[in-house]
Amino acid sequence: MSASEEIWVLGINMTKFGKHPDLDAVDLASNAAIAALADGGVTMADIGVVAAGNLLGNGAASGQNILKQIGQTGVPIYNVSNACATGATALRTVVMAIRAGETDMGLAIGVEKLSGVGLLGPAASGNKDAPWEPKGRYDAVGGIDGRLGTQAMPGVFAQVGMEYLHTYGQTDVSVFAKISEKNHSHSTLNPLAAYSKAMTYDQIVNDVMISYPNTRAMCSANCDGAAAAVLVSGSKLKTMSLEQRRRAVKISASVLTSDPYQEACQVLPDVNTLTRNAAKIAYEQAGVGPQDLDLVELHDCFATAELVHYDNLMLCAEGDAVAFFESGAPWRDGSTPVNVSGGLQSKGHPISATGIANVWEICHHLRGEAGDRQIEGAKVGLAHVIGLGSACGVHVLEKSSV
Amino acid sequence: MTNTAATTQVPFVGYLELNAGDPHLVAHECRKCHARFFDRRNLCASCSGADFDLVRVATRGTLRSFSIVAFAGPGVEVPFVAALVDCDGTTVRGNLINCEPTPDAVHLGMPVRLATYSLGTDSNGVEAINYGFEPDLGEEKR
Repeated sequence: MSASEEIWVLGINMTKFGKHPDLDAVDLASNAAIAALADGGVTMADIGVVAAGNLLGNGAASGQNILKQIGQTGVPIYNVSNACATGATALRTVVMAIRAGETDMGLAIGVEKLSGVGLLGPAASGNKDAPWEPKGRYDAVGGIDGRLGTQAMPGVFAQVGMEYLHTYGQTDVSVFAKISEKNHSHSTLNPLAAYSKAMTYDQIVNDVMISYPNTRAMCSANCDGAAAAVLVSGSKLKTMSLEQRRRAVKISASVLTSDPYQEACQVLPDVNTLTRNAAKIAYEQAGVGPQDLDLVELHDCFATAELVHYDNLMLCAEGDAVAFFESGAPWRDGSTPVNVSGGLQSKGHPISATGIANVWEICHHLRGEAGDRQIEGAKVGLAHVIGLGSACGVHVLEKSSV
Repeated sequence: MTNTAATTQVPFVGYLELNAGDPHLVAHECRKCHARFFDRRNLCASCSGADFDLVRVATRGTLRSFSIVAFAGPGVEVPFVAALVDCDGTTVRGNLINCEPTPDAVHLGMPVRLATYSLGTDSNGVEAINYGFEPDLGEEKR
């Protein structure tokens, strides 16, 4: 990192992702926060700043409402909102507060209740009998979803993947289902995943079609879940116990980018340029390259998205994402394991929790605590999320040398 | 409706010019950096320039990306083909129309051209005309 102060993950937790009918968002967030504090061996009294994310709760799961259940200490709370990058933004906010010297320890929380929410995207196209009157920035006389392409996520990200194939002169869409097959296979080792069943290629392509080429199995799973992390400054960590220092994970890069202008970016969201920019900055901050990564958790909100991020995160040469996948590299026994958690397609995607849960997954491996799915000897990992609109968060994490 | 009074036609979006017999899209083009936009502008997103010219967008292009949408929100008819079309360097969003919504019929890179169709007439007798892109088989437009 550019500033001299190092930032470490001291404690981190994610809840089981899935259906939690008896817990509301505040319960889920509280559970994750309490467990993250306990994991770090600290309490709310040690926390100097809180950043909290929750997109669909209309303020019900604000940081303030969470602290009303776990400790109203009066510290500053930043409620953050950055689409699917909300969790990473909460982390980044705490990193900035510590780096700015405002406090030496902070808590980042992300939570979402999404079970049964269904398709995420535009509002309904409106009253069919409404008169044709121009509205909005395009002077459209009616709802544009379905009339001028799609605004729903499965179709938007389908086009992202198809555009990649077109750009590099490829036509075989089978790679997308194969990516999904990998992630569903990985999920069988993750007890916290919403879905942990292996699926064959045939089962995946023959599942309900949502937005070609994405079938249901190739879409991220809407589910409930929360994740929380306690971050600490390097100088504070030095005063802590050997056990805390041994399990602490160094945040060697924390980067947030937005989408810079590119031709077509206001027609189809550009998820590529800002990810590549974030990755470049992150590798530079951390002083590591893609070849040094022992595992990567990237934002596979749809199978079609995972492919492009192999390239954007520079895990392969430009244009070589299909060959990279076909080589077996991103499987858990490959050279760059990607989404060994099962990814968003099987672990689930409780939006605001995702950007912290991905970091939890990496930390779990770097600490050597990942059980059956442990990537042996993992020392460096990268967590990536992207929110449409767009926001990209990249964190590079390193094992403690203590 | 059986209203026989002359209906008024309106374009579905402001950037569609109906021009009888010559429908086309128009874009706000930044006078400084030539970035093109279809919405109402404050400044240019590329260079923050303040001056724009209204320019005509090519009506023929190639399919840059697509998805065949089989599942959508309430009120949206499926299946349909959501398309991204490269119109001579300007990327446009729209539906692929007059084409089967199947992977066999839709191909990346296929030539397409702008076409218009009616979305129906409202109770005031106003007919909305939308655009889409159809396969361009090379023959002259009727």
